[in-house]
Amino acid sequence: MATNPMHQFNVYRIGPEIKIDQIDISFTNASLFMVISSLIILIIFNLGSVKKNIIPNKIQLLAELSYTFISKMISDTAGSKGKPYFGFIFSLFMFVLFCNMLGMLPYAFTVTSHIIVTFVLAAFIFIGVTVIGFLKHGLGYLKLFVPSGVPIVLLPLIVVIEVISYLSRPISLSVRLFANMMAGHTMMKVFGGFVISLGLVGGWLPLGFSVALTGLEILVAFLQAYVFAILTCIYLNDALNLHH
Amino acid sequence: MHKKLVLYLLLSIIAFFSNVYGAESQGMPQLNPEFWVSQIFWLILTFGFLLVILSKFILPKISNNLELRKSQILENIETAEKQKIESENKIKEYETLINNSKNEARNYFNEARKKIIQDIDKKREKIEEEINLEIKNAEKEIVELKKSSPEKINKIATETSAQLIKQLIGEEINNSSISAIVEDLSKKNKGKYYGN
Repeated sequence: MATNPMHQFNVYRIGPEIKIDQIDISFTNASLFMVISSLIILIIFNLGSVKKNIIPNKIQLLAELSYTFISKMISDTAGSKGKPYFGFIFSLFMFVLFCNMLGMLPYAFTVTSHIIVTFVLAAFIFIGVTVIGFLKHGLGYLKLFVPSGVPIVLLPLIVVIEVISYLSRPISLSVRLFANMMAGHTMMKVFGGFVISLGLVGGWLPLGFSVALTGLEILVAFLQAYVFAILTCIYLNDALNLHH
Repeated sequence: MHKKLVLYLLLSIIAFFSNVYGAESQGMPQLNPEFWVSQIFWLILTFGFLLVILSKFILPKISNNLELRKSQILENIETAEKQKIESENKIKEYETLINNSKNEARNYFNEARKKIIQDIDKKREKIEEEINLEIKNAEKEIVELKKSSPEKINKIATETSAQLIKQLIGEEINNSSISAIVEDLSKKNKGKYYGN
């Protein structure tokens, strides 16, 4: 294992090369961690939903707390109209959260530290939200770019800004998650490298930093999943309840 | 600000390390498109699988559980309130019962006391009557005795005096003379011995 802090982000093939029409869809370490986090989520929530105790046991409590947490988040931001999208936002939050958290394990691969993964998620959300907006409001959805109460002189400028900010949503959404994950993990690796290179004498300070960063990274892992989900809710809210 | 700072730091670190380990690193692996399609494919596969299973099978169960619990708790609260009202009613009933029975008991007790007192009074009256009767009878007897006693005493006195005289003198004296003397004496002393 090299001390290159970016080495942890390398994607490599596991098992045979799978090709469909010259397109490489081989199973990689990234795929492995996607599968692992999906399976962990499914196992936890399946265990949490099997029993129907009036007084829940620990895993049931966990599942039900997550359920109420997400459903409260959706109803707070998108209102009651956001209910049909609960399943998607719940899966999204859990997937991002577990990918982030699994990345905190030593030698694990962080799925969400790859721009392509976060970008696909963000692009899917962007396209979905836009489609929902046009389906719900027709061309009236374009009013989103025309805020009410703006002087007519400023309107062309405002509309351009609004369109740009709308179009940059998938980029900001994906880059936020990807950059946070990558930066955090790189920092940890760098400090880990310092511990080794400074040895027994000076290694204690970076070790302390490493410990503190681990805590911070766990916080960031949760926070970024939360931010990702809540921004999705906010975009969804824009599409469902046109306020402008 | 912070994010920018972190990014600058990151970039400088990356630059530093890519200089040091330039031989083996090819920059950011994230920007290497070799496995992009694979990542997209597996992301869609796993996330789609997760989404379908979660929203079709698991989340409805959790929401059912939550609803069930809510309704059951509401039911329990309702029944608890019902039972509370029932128990309050029962307590009231019980209290009225207790009060009634206390009153009854008091009535019974009073009646019984009255009866007993009446009984006792009756018996006492009866006994008093009997006693009075007896006293009257006794008084009558005493009066009769009183009436008859002087004659008897006189008789006894005559007899005893006759015998005394006989003993003293050795001669018999006529009874009639003695009785005359005795009667004479008794008449003289009537007030002394049978003073009424």
